[in-house]
Amino acid sequence: MIMTNTLDSSIVAEPNTNGKNVVIDCKIRNLYYGKFRAVRDSHIPVEEGQVTAFIGPSGCGKSTALRCLNRMNDLVRGFRFDGHVHFRGKDIYHRNVDPVAVRRYIGMVFQQPNPFAMSIYNNVAFGLRLNRVKDDIPERVESALRGAALWDEVKDKLKNSGLSLSGGQQQRLCIARAIATEPTVLLMDEPCSALDPIATRRIEELMTELKEKYTIAVVTHNLQQAQRVADKTAFMYVDTSDGGRTGYLVEYEDTGQLFEDPKEEYTKQYIRGEFS
Amino acid sequence: MSNQIEITHSFAGVDFPQLERSLRHPRTLVSSLLSLLTGFVTVVACVPLFSVLFMLIYRGGKRLSLSLFTQTPPSAFESGGGFGNAIVGTLTMVGIAALISVPFGVLAAVFLAEFGPKSKTASAVRFCAKLLTGFPSILAGVFAYAAVVLMTGSYSAPAGGVALSILMLPIVMLTAEESIKMVPHKMKEAAIGMGATQTQVVWRVTLPSAMPGMLTGVMLAVARASGETAPLLFTALNSNYWIMQDGNLALMEPTASLAVLIFNFSGVPFESQIELAWAAALVLVLIVLAVNIGGQVLSRKRVTR
Repeated sequence: MIMTNTLDSSIVAEPNTNGKNVVIDCKIRNLYYGKFRAVRDSHIPVEEGQVTAFIGPSGCGKSTALRCLNRMNDLVRGFRFDGHVHFRGKDIYHRNVDPVAVRRYIGMVFQQPNPFAMSIYNNVAFGLRLNRVKDDIPERVESALRGAALWDEVKDKLKNSGLSLSGGQQQRLCIARAIATEPTVLLMDEPCSALDPIATRRIEELMTELKEKYTIAVVTHNLQQAQRVADKTAFMYVDTSDGGRTGYLVEYEDTGQLFEDPKEEYTKQYIRGEFS
Repeated sequence: MSNQIEITHSFAGVDFPQLERSLRHPRTLVSSLLSLLTGFVTVVACVPLFSVLFMLIYRGGKRLSLSLFTQTPPSAFESGGGFGNAIVGTLTMVGIAALISVPFGVLAAVFLAEFGPKSKTASAVRFCAKLLTGFPSILAGVFAYAAVVLMTGSYSAPAGGVALSILMLPIVMLTAEESIKMVPHKMKEAAIGMGATQTQVVWRVTLPSAMPGMLTGVMLAVARASGETAPLLFTALNSNYWIMQDGNLALMEPTASLAVLIFNFSGVPFESQIELAWAAALVLVLIVLAVNIGGQVLSRKRVTR
């Protein structure tokens, strides 16, 4: 069951968005998995053409918050959402909204590279076929693979299985698959955590290139990565005061600001590495 | 300063641990005997298989010729002849059975694995399917006799197909369910994340990825069905004629099958027919083998589309 309520504006201090276009405005008042309250009181705007990073210790609900943005949490039994997620001004949790349609505008790259058990070409063409795109499929596949900086490595073996690639290549294939349909926003849930440092570096460079065309929201447990790629950073922390483990937003700022001069005490401690 | 020689010397007089393997130790002895026993039992278990194969090749092999596949069975005192009609009959009936059991089995498996894995319906269906795998095949024949033969008024290939499909259904269904469950969750998640509906996820990701496993299940079921005799005795009976007669498909007539032919001819006192039964047994085994190998090759190809 999903509850949609209009929120009173006083959850947290209104974040400073410098007048940039907010593509997704995510206000979570309460988010439950069954009886477990996973996230509370978090307001995270995602700005157009920027990379927004979600950081915080494990269990702070950063992945959960990210998965709200394209309703992936709907798949979890017992999921209840109280708040709103405005995508270009429209609440994607409104009951008339089809979550399937939402996900075609807000694509996702997962923690584990998860190509389909089909050829590289078909992996990328998959989303195009879902959207009944009939024209220029080879051209679109090529440009998606170029966009994911994978074309030169796979152009001679497009018929090979996507599973035959290395981990880093698989992840770039997943990015190519996600951008083939030209979504508005790309969500990335710890996209580098299963990769080695070199592959990680490539994905980070890629994110910086991709933000020219797409808005990106990325969850990472790697502070340096957030510093390297993100324009905005949201720091979340776990509140254990009521006996549960409820995540909430501590601070949302420009990345430079948040790392150099954090306002909140928890943020300072976390950035100094006093807990993780 | 440590001195190695002194260290060795320090063990002098101490009871040195015995590290060599020796059969005098009861533990080693028991272990070796058990290893021997398992090896022996394994060999014994293979004896029936290889002796059957040997006899099939020895007795049936000399009768192998092209005419086996092109001619109909001889009458009692004739020599020569073949069982081409029985091969066609077996293939027809197994084909009909597959046409029934594969769609039902796969769709049921999709329900079991994807839509209601923990629902009461699913566990009831799963339980029934497991019971059905041990279902006496002769009862499948009785069922098809009542349901098809009595209704249509004649022994026929479709009746045989229905009987075999009852035996194939649980195998297809349970193996398909297992292979659907083996498809990694992250793959389905990827499809959902791209905006695929549940139907699209099942058709475009789950079923293609589960295809090799499902094919193996179908092949197992086909192999089992082509060897079944009892259900066909009640339903397809037997015939000495081709299923195609003068350009007409005699589908609703009694139909020959390899298994029933072997059953009938192995009990007669006529040398020619007995030889034919051996050859038919060999051909049946070869068909089952070919189906299995074909399935393996197909499933390997299907891994990448």
